[in-house]
Formats: sequence, C-alpha cells, structure tokens
Amino acid sequence: MSEKASKEKKEQTEKQKEQSSLRQALLVPVLAVLSGLILGGVVMALSGSNPFQAYAALFAGSFGSPSVIIAGMQTYFATGDNNALVRSLYPFTESLVTATPYIFTGLAVAIGFRAGLFNIGAEGQVFIGALCSAFIGYSIKGLPMIIHLPLALLAGAAGGAFWGMIPGYLKARFGAHEVVNTIMMNWIAFRLSDWLLKGPMQASNFRPVTPNVQASAELPRFFEDPLRFNLGFFLALLFAYLVYWFLFKTTLGFEIRSVGANPDAAKYAGMSIVKNIVLVMSLAGALAGLGGGAQVLGVDHWVGQGFSSGYGFDAIAIALLGKSHPFGVVLAALLFGFLRSGATNMQSMAGIPVDIISIIQGLVIVFVAAPAIIRWLYRIKSIKVEETVLTRGWGK
Amino acid sequence: MANVLELQGITKRFPGVLANDKIDIALREGKILALLGENGAGKSTLMNILYGLYKPDEGKIFVRGKEVEINGPNDAIELGIGMVHQHFMLIPVMTVVENVMLGVESIKNGLFLDREKVAKRIHEISEQYGLEVDPHAYIQDLPVGIQQRVEIIKVLYRSADILILDEPTAVLTPQEVEGLFKIINTLIKAGKSIIFITHKLKEVIAIADDISVLRLGRMVGSIEPSNATPQKLATMMVGRDVSLVVQKKVAEPKEAVLKVENLFVRDERQNMTVRGVSFEVRKGEVLGVAGVQGNGQTELVYALTGLLPVDGGTIELEGKMLHNATPRQILESGVAHIPEDRQRHGLILNFPIHDNMVLCTYYKEPFAHGVSLQEKPIFSNAEELIKQYDVRTPNIYVNVGTLSGGNQQKVIVAREFSRPIDLLIASQPTRGLDVGSIEYIHLQIIKKRDEGTGVLVVSSELDEILALSDRIAVMYKGQIMDVLDAKQATKEDLGLLMAGIHPEKTSKKK
Repeated sequence: MSEKASKEKKEQTEKQKEQSSLRQALLVPVLAVLSGLILGGVVMALSGSNPFQAYAALFAGSFGSPSVIIAGMQTYFATGDNNALVRSLYPFTESLVTATPYIFTGLAVAIGFRAGLFNIGAEGQVFIGALCSAFIGYSIKGLPMIIHLPLALLAGAAGGAFWGMIPGYLKARFGAHEVVNTIMMNWIAFRLSDWLLKGPMQASNFRPVTPNVQASAELPRFFEDPLRFNLGFFLALLFAYLVYWFLFKTTLGFEIRSVGANPDAAKYAGMSIVKNIVLVMSLAGALAGLGGGAQVLGVDHWVGQGFSSGYGFDAIAIALLGKSHPFGVVLAALLFGFLRSGATNMQSMAGIPVDIISIIQGLVIVFVAAPAIIRWLYRIKSIKVEETVLTRGWGK
Repeated sequence: MANVLELQGITKRFPGVLANDKIDIALREGKILALLGENGAGKSTLMNILYGLYKPDEGKIFVRGKEVEINGPNDAIELGIGMVHQHFMLIPVMTVVENVMLGVESIKNGLFLDREKVAKRIHEISEQYGLEVDPHAYIQDLPVGIQQRVEIIKVLYRSADILILDEPTAVLTPQEVEGLFKIINTLIKAGKSIIFITHKLKEVIAIADDISVLRLGRMVGSIEPSNATPQKLATMMVGRDVSLVVQKKVAEPKEAVLKVENLFVRDERQNMTVRGVSFEVRKGEVLGVAGVQGNGQTELVYALTGLLPVDGGTIELEGKMLHNATPRQILESGVAHIPEDRQRHGLILNFPIHDNMVLCTYYKEPFAHGVSLQEKPIFSNAEELIKQYDVRTPNIYVNVGTLSGGNQQKVIVAREFSRPIDLLIASQPTRGLDVGSIEYIHLQIIKKRDEGTGVLVVSSELDEILALSDRIAVMYKGQIMDVLDAKQATKEDLGLLMAGIHPEKTSKKK
C-alpha cells in the first residue's frame, strides 16, 4: 500500500517536474517572439507605418482572412462548390509549404548542435540534395510513383549526406574546424550548381534551370492549383519525430548527445568521437538534402539558380530558437514559415517592406541567444535551465 | 591583543541555500586563525565576502576596529587584505616579475614597464620573509611550491597584512608543506595576520592559534589547538563520529591481474611524461601510487585506460595485451576507472543521474535492445544504485551537475562498481571531498579489494595512500623511484622519494 502510494507520488512529482521544465523551456522563446513582434512594431511606427495595419495584413497573409474563410464555407455548404473555400485556405497552406524546408534544415543544424558541431553548411547541402533529387526525378522515366518518388527523395538525402560527411570526416580525421569547412562546402555547392544548371543539367538553352521532374517523382499535392500544399510537410513532421526518437531513445543518439555535452566523458565511456562526428554530419547533410529534395519534388518541380532562399542559413536561427530540440525546431520553423509567407501580403496590403520581417527575426534571435535580456525585461528570476552545448571553441 | 579583523553576524543567502548563517569570526593581530569545514560548509562564501566578491545580506565587517564596506577586491586590497587562491592565479608564460606587477604595473618614462624596480622590490620581500624566488624565471618552469611563493609575494607586494590562504597545502609535498609553514611563521613574526582555510585536521593543530569550525553555513564552534584532536575536529566538522582510520584486514594478494612493463607515454603536448615504468597489481591488494602532482601519474592512468596512446612498453591485463586498446576494449576487459577529474571525464553534468549511471553500459542488455534504449531498466538501475551507494539526491531525474561533489563522486563509484571488474583504477578518488564522503569511498575501495579485485590508487595525498595501500610506488619525473611495503613506509621516506631523493642513498652519503 505504502509502496504504491510512494510510487504514485513519485510519478506525480515526475509529471510536475516535466511540466515545469517544459514551461521553462518554452518561456524564453515565446517571450522572445513576443518582444520581437513588439519591437518590430515600434520600428514600423518609427518609419511612419501603422503597425496594427501591418500585423493585420501579416496575419491575413499567413493564416488567411477569417471572413474570406467563412464566406468560402458558406458557399460550399450552400452550393457544394468548394472552389472558394479552397482558395481561402491558400495563405495558411502556403505558410506550411514555406515552413517545410525550414523544418528539414532546422533539424539538420539542430542535430549538429546536439553533437557540439556547428553545421553552417545546410545551405549547400540543400542545393546538392535538390540537384540529386531533380536529376533522378527528370532523368528516369517510366517508373511507377511508389518506386520513383522514394528513389528521388533518397537521392536527395544521399547527396546531402555526402556533402555533410566531407567536413565531418575532415574534422574527425584532421581536426579541421567544421565551421570553416561547411562554409567552403557551401561555396563549392553554389558554384557546382551554377555549372550544372548552365551545362549538364540545363533543360534548354534559354534559362539555367533543370527540366521538370516526372509526375511519378512529384510529392502528391492535396488540393488543386494554386495550392501547393503537399506530402512534403507531413514528411518533415515525420522526420522531426524520427530525429527525436533517434536522439533520445536510441543508443546512437545517446552517444551523439554525450559527445556534444562532454566529449572527454564520452571518450572515457568508450564512445568513438570520430565515428560520431562523421555520423552526425552525414545525418545533418541527409536531412538538409531531404529538405532540398522535398522542395523540388513537392513545390518547384525544377531547380534554378537561387533555388534556396537561404533555408540553410535561416536554419541556424531556427535551431537556436527551437533549443536544438526536434519539436522546438518544428515550432520555430512554423513561425518562420508564417512570418515569411505573410510578409509578402504585408508588403502588398500595407505597403511595408518584406525586410521588416528580417528585422523581427533578427530581434527574436538576439533575444533567444541572450536570454538574460528577456529575463531582465520580464523580471524572470534566473532559474538554472539546462543549456545545450552549441559549439565549442576553435581549440578542440 | 586587538582583533585585526572581525566578522559579526554575516549572513548570505543564495536562492534555496543559506550559505552563511550569522557567522562570527575574529582574527587576532599577528595570529593564525584556521577555518575548518567540509566542502559546502560556507568557507569559500565567507572568504569571498571578505574579499568583496559577494555582498553579505546581513552582518558587519570590522577591520582594525573600524566598520568597513568591501565592494570589490580593490577595496579589500586597500584595506590590506590579500588572498592566495587554491588554484593559482598566475599566467604561466609570463615571468615572476610580470605576474607580480599584473594590475599594479610600475611604469617608467610614461610608457615602459619598469621590471627592474619590481624585481628589486621582490628581492626585498624575498629576503624579509624567506621567500626565495628568481624574479625573472617564467612561471611555467617553476615547481608548484615556488609558484605558491609567487602568489604570496604578489599579496605582500600589494602590502597586505591580512593574508587569506585557501587550502594552501593541497598541492604540496610534505617537505614543501614544512617550507610553507616556515614561511607562515616568518610572516607572523613580521606582524602579519593569517586566515588559513583547510580541511586537513593535523595541519590545523600543528599551526593554528585559533580554530573555528563551520558546518552547513553555521559556526559550530571555536576551539584552541591545545584542546583539539583530529578526532574531535572531525566530529565537529561532520556532526557525527567518523572513523579517520580505514578499518581493513591484512591483504591476501593472489596472482597479478595487471602487468605493466617499461611503459612510455607522452602527454597531450607530446612531452614524454611516463618514462619506463614497470609494476604489477595483484588481485586482492591495493597498490598506491604516490607522488607530487604532475610527475606522470595522470598520464600513466590515461594510458592504462586508453585515453592516451602508449609510446612504448606493454600493458597486460589477465594475459590480454591492452596497450593502445580503445577505452571500450579496456572497459569491457573488466577495468573500472574512477577518473582524476570527475567533471571532465567521469560525468556528463547536464545529463540526469540515470543516464550517467549507464554511461559505460548503455549499449548492453538490459539497457538497450538493439539500438533502442530501454528506459525502465535504466531507471530501476539508477534507483537501486542511489540507494545502495547512498547518493543524496531528490530523485534520479535531476542533472548530476546539481549534486554536491561528494555525491557526484558516489555516482561514479556506484557506476564503476556495478560492473563486473577485475581491476579498479582510482585516481585522486577523494579529492575535494568532505571527511564523511572520504570515509565512505575508502571503505568501498577496501571492500572491492577484499572481494579479490586488484586496485590501483593514485593520489597526491599521502594520508590517503598510507590509509589504503598494501604496497606503495612513488613516482618522480615519470619514473617509479621505489616500491615500498606500506607497513614499513614512513611519511618522511615517502616525502623524500616524492622529491626525487632516495633515503637510503642519502643516508649512506652522510
């Protein structure tokens, strides 16, 4: 009886602890986003715009306008014509479409952070993954979708993994710092893609773009044009869960987190630092490559110059904001997706430049990176929260 | 005689902790006050308050009878208070002169450092207090004992007359300790007053004029050295009777479990720090390795556990050659390792206790099926071990970093002892621990020995080596000077060996 009671009590305290630690983990990022929006509003007001109008436009551009959605529903129920309803969902689905590559690349940077590695190379890995997926997508013809689509995705993952593995190997074998090498790999990827798009992979002589991928390699879309919402988003969620499971529920993830948190102790415990660095960088590359692949196969259907609008760089901010936790990354990627997607509307409706979103993003990052500011602003008592080791210095 | 320094009712709270609770101490002019207490008793907090690093929540500080407010080290220095930290605050690549003048540089011609003037002043201080040191030597070339002198000179150079020495003997050989005590006596004769912080009971009795004991942030009491015994002081410190002597039976050594032959190891900076070491550890005995820190013991242990490559020679464990094996191969051959630096190698501080308890076995049944970690066995393993090894923690889910040093060490001991092992390598197993934890960990080590495990203990604390060992090897400059039978070894002989002098040879010379 007493044992049972004590067990129950233990479970209860455990639950409480989990809840409070979750609250702790969410507190700073949420307040950071809030403060970023408020300060962004101040900037808008200072530059002579109406922030309320701007944020209303931002909201309508990212979630959709409630009145338009309701009108769509009414039409649908009255006439059975879903055209208007589907169109009213465009802003919301488009935000999810924008968030998809952010989730993949955010995971790619976060998994690196967990191992104490700073993967700045997600951008290059996205390019390589996209090119590989596109190549398999357009060059192979006549395959059924059930084979062609996975093959094309796999090609993207493999390409990205290869691109991530190189700096991983250089770090593990020669101690070359991954920050330098991933940046260099980015440049190689950019120039390589320029050449491929003007040469071997060019569709026609006019524009440096690849041919369109075969229909059998496209990620299925859920609605008709112009809605581009596709399976890629759910694939991203699935991979976020897989990364979570891998990091926290497997022996390999345990090793990676150990190497990241204390490499000396990991070595003492018999873990191979070399193996784990190469593994993590390959996995990170694979995730970023998948992100590129999903973008090609689900949204664009071809690759052109400037294909990625900095997905791999924004990913660093997303991983930071998400505290390098896969679920946090999903939330942060959604935020970025909604901000980016709504910004276009904000520009056309309220006449506020898209760049204001970059300012807001920048402010959010500063607040997340320096939680002391948020704690001071909101008078939060400093409670020792577990901080993930992001990277270590140049020496080791 | 007047009190040169007096603290009255000092209270300092940290979130959730009462670090100092209405503490009164008084330092008489020209006397030595020993401040005794376990880790976490509040000694460091109190000294940091005195040095201006913390502000007390309540209480008053009087210096030479005048109430003062100390807002930073500069205030403290101005009041003539100087502190010699346990971990020296010296810059190894600079000379003694440069280190001494750091922060209070002497300038000539408005631009250039006046090294000669400082060197002259250092000479004067050296002569006055018997602190011999070459002002132009680089810190990194000086032995630890001399580095400490530089620290003391630094304090005197800033004309302090109240000196706080924080655990000054922790890094010294017995001979160097005697040297330090001589210096302290000279300082006292010159009118300086000293607060001496330590947890070593015998030293306190030997040198102090007054003894104040702290426990859990409170002043337990003051006692005069003439009335004090180590046992009495230990009881005051811990709050219960503790056994200062490790109760152990005579060892029954069997065949050798570890054979090391002609071992050479380079440290991380590629200096050859272990030069041709040979010894063996037998089942059921404790071989103690004594020596001043930095004589190759660390690298010896790293090589034995696979953390550093072997440059030459062999390591044989139960017939298996293990030089240059990976740490995992060595672990799986039945070697347990209590590392010298528990926070660097032994634990992942921001992992919970339960993960640290399986740090070396997480990939094995029952903790993992294939690649999938099994939470239930991992949790129940931790629950069992914290009970069995008396780890004081609210639960197994808190991060190891939140535990006290003693409890962190218990987590390591629990983890390492819970595996089947033939050889235990314990490096500085009780460094920085309190008397209660030391007693406990010593008992556990002896228990392992009596179960037939071979034990290698490396420690720079001679008392610990003498308490645990059946045989004692003394290392000096990467070599083993001698291996003595623990029953015949005296502290004096060991001290000489630690300084690189063979007692028999020198006595013959005489």
